[in-house]
Amino acid sequence: MPHTESDIRKMLDKIGVEKIDDLYSDVPQEVIFREEYDLPSAMSEIELRRHFEELGKKNRTLTVFGGGGVYDHYSPSVIPHLLARSEFYTAYTPYQPEISQGTLQYIFEYQSMISELTGMEATNASMYDGATATAEAMFMMVASARKKNRVVLSETISERVLEVVKTYADFHGVDLTVVPAKDGVTDREAVSAEIGKGDVAGVIVACPNRYGIIEDFTGLADEIHAAKGYLAINADPSTLAVLRTPAEWGADIAVGDGQSLGMPMSFGGPYLGYMSCGKDMLRKMPGRVVGATKDIDGKRCFVLTLQAREQHIRRQKATSNICSNQSLMALYATIYLSLMGRQGLVEVNTLSCDGAHYLYKKLIETGKFEPAFNKPFLKEFTLKTNLDVEKLNEYLLKNDIMGPISAGEGLVSFAVTEKRTKEEIDKLVTLISEI
Amino acid sequence: MIFELSRPGRKGYELPADKYNTDGLKDIPADLLRTQPLDLPEVSELDVVRHYTNLSNKNFGVDTGFYPLGSCTMKYNPKISEELSAHPAFAGLHPLQDADSAQGALELYYNLQHALSSLAGLSEFTLNPYAGAHGELTGLMIMKEYHRSRGDHKRTRVIIPDSAHGTNPASAMVAGMEVVEVKSKPNGSVDVEDLKPLLDDTVAGIMMTNPNTLGMFEIEIMEIAKLVHEAGGLLYYDGANFNPLLGRVRPGDMGFDIMHINLHKTFSTPHGGGGPGSGPVGVRKGLEKFLPNPRVKKGEDGKFYVEFDKDSLGSVSTFFGNFSVMMRAYAYILSLGKENIRNVGPMATLNANYIKESLKDDYLLPIDGVCKHEFVFDGLKDKSTGVTTLNVAKRLLDYGFHAPTIYFPLLFHESMMIEPTETESLETLDEFIEVMHKVAKEARETPEDVKNAPLSTAVRKLDETSAAKNPILTYKGMKSQD
Repeated sequence: MPHTESDIRKMLDKIGVEKIDDLYSDVPQEVIFREEYDLPSAMSEIELRRHFEELGKKNRTLTVFGGGGVYDHYSPSVIPHLLARSEFYTAYTPYQPEISQGTLQYIFEYQSMISELTGMEATNASMYDGATATAEAMFMMVASARKKNRVVLSETISERVLEVVKTYADFHGVDLTVVPAKDGVTDREAVSAEIGKGDVAGVIVACPNRYGIIEDFTGLADEIHAAKGYLAINADPSTLAVLRTPAEWGADIAVGDGQSLGMPMSFGGPYLGYMSCGKDMLRKMPGRVVGATKDIDGKRCFVLTLQAREQHIRRQKATSNICSNQSLMALYATIYLSLMGRQGLVEVNTLSCDGAHYLYKKLIETGKFEPAFNKPFLKEFTLKTNLDVEKLNEYLLKNDIMGPISAGEGLVSFAVTEKRTKEEIDKLVTLISEI
Repeated sequence: MIFELSRPGRKGYELPADKYNTDGLKDIPADLLRTQPLDLPEVSELDVVRHYTNLSNKNFGVDTGFYPLGSCTMKYNPKISEELSAHPAFAGLHPLQDADSAQGALELYYNLQHALSSLAGLSEFTLNPYAGAHGELTGLMIMKEYHRSRGDHKRTRVIIPDSAHGTNPASAMVAGMEVVEVKSKPNGSVDVEDLKPLLDDTVAGIMMTNPNTLGMFEIEIMEIAKLVHEAGGLLYYDGANFNPLLGRVRPGDMGFDIMHINLHKTFSTPHGGGGPGSGPVGVRKGLEKFLPNPRVKKGEDGKFYVEFDKDSLGSVSTFFGNFSVMMRAYAYILSLGKENIRNVGPMATLNANYIKESLKDDYLLPIDGVCKHEFVFDGLKDKSTGVTTLNVAKRLLDYGFHAPTIYFPLLFHESMMIEPTETESLETLDEFIEVMHKVAKEARETPEDVKNAPLSTAVRKLDETSAAKNPILTYKGMKSQD
């Protein structure tokens, strides 16, 4: 705070009060806080750095073989340098387009790139994370399907996403039916039975799913569309460079978590949620959207558009309550996708996929694991084991390795990214075979 | 556009060679693979660096100039917080790694929630919500869960002042609650006489902010708290306006049961062009068990652990929220410490009142008296010029200032909401005041200059109507229109 004593005096005089306390004379005196806060005393930069250094020492950076929706992909060095441009990170939401073309244009580029990945016409400026984006997709389907309030969700979606969607459904009052998995994939017969009841507004499935399996959704979109409902697919955006897209599956909405686009794992965030849809659902989409237009001199420019859907205009009739999103992380994703391009993203997937298949084969060879589902996978896969998962992970942790994620009784999921080396994989396998 | 720089075969990355002798992608059946083309840019690293550096030059931020943006608390974002938030010992942590190997991160989460509790006068905070509106939603879920846990299912209505920010009623809608509006008095404060008849046994609680959206302290807050509590409801505090109270008044002491804090406002984390923010939610004693999962707790042995509580309302985020944003807020609190943090609210309030008193000769001040962190003008005092609040806002851009918040609150036709924050110096405020006077003078003498503003920005008046009528939302969409 830059105020000198003489500044304060001058300002108080202008205001016409005697002392700072007089600025609070309208506040009931019994609520003025006069005690001491339970906080440390002020730290200088030197002390602050030391404090963070000490906290940092209590963390261990591990060689990561766990996934569960968060993947240790490579972050190109360029990105943090560009994100550190304070014209980007100290800016407010671009409500004044004349002085916010930087933000507006990168959001437009972000929308374009995510739309390329999902194969869909429209993408919003970002959501908080993949889980809340999935919950918002559920609301969007209910709002679009007339007088239907039931959504069917395959249990094969990531466990954390499932928990968030359940919570949102519970409070908002959506009738959510969770269909249990069958052989590691969506139980299509059970889903068909639900759709057959005629009251389903939408179906939500995931790909790759919580076990890492690439699911086959052939016929699913037609089935739900025939019943006048919608299909939403939660997809890992990095994998969409190689896997069949939500648009190719006939989905109406695509959602997911942008973390896989090279974002640091950063103990859970910030990442971003993405959401794409076709033009027909555009006006039901939550969140901000940037459109291209021209200024009075005919210059190409960008502006927040379709704001009539949003909370600051529509209040309780808005499509969502979202206001702040994850804008700077949208810039992250945009720069990542610019650097990598299609070829880079294909290589990321190939390397991850090859590494994962190599680890899979090696783990089976140890005799301590068995295939759980025998279904196609990319960078994450699930195996059956008799090993005690907790003990296995304790043991690996001693060797600076984050081991697999528990995927249910006797099931474990490993993930491999392009950052893992063959040597690291071999070391993991050796350690496990020595158990 | 980055797409226009694309040349086939150019690339901006290097990856290690593939040393695995596996079939990888070939093991995946062809009908599960993508056949659609994928038109991402093919550009070099330098192309990317120049493109986004040039884009940043078309932006205005707090580091560029003064942001008198009401209700948004655009304070300076300390650089040390930025540096510490990128600490590699935190950036490389997987959110599902064992708690024993992430003790530093969990300790930081715990310490920050504890600091916020002390500053707010509440019992415990969750840091999981991602933004202010997300915090509101979480807080309302806590309110609803509290009533449900007592079997009181009829309490589904939430009272919200008509002057509230749009996220309040929208959050209530998402939480499955019904909105009941309570009227504001002409001075913007809640009309207690209008409130009384609304307080029946279907009311879950009230959502308020204090100071209110006009920057005025709700002097009847103790009476309101008493009435709502007596009727069996809870009080929710919208922390969007917490800044003027920081260091002076704690929402918990005013009778609020639940609140959210925008770390990107009061605790100086950057707005990032619209996010990532962070919206921690705090509760008074007795409501902790309803906080969302996962929760970070401290054991008797001093170790930190992650818990999924069965009484919790559920989960509102995948993991622990926007963790690196919390790191910045934590650094900010520690750098101020328990002594200096007491000056935040008072200096913000001093700055706001100074601007108000300096400009009320040219701008119409509908509500006189000492304000808190912000205040509202109802446009120019001289209405004969035809110059609107929008014109003044756009003219400010020409003079290197961001515009104030305009046409909110809805209580006045020409609202112009100004919030300077405590990090601005007297010199900056004086410069702003001078420019505001100059614009008022222009409005009288050369009104066309103001009406045509901005004149000197990178782009000028935009055609927003055709952008909404015929939405062009992607590069492909744009090309197909050419």
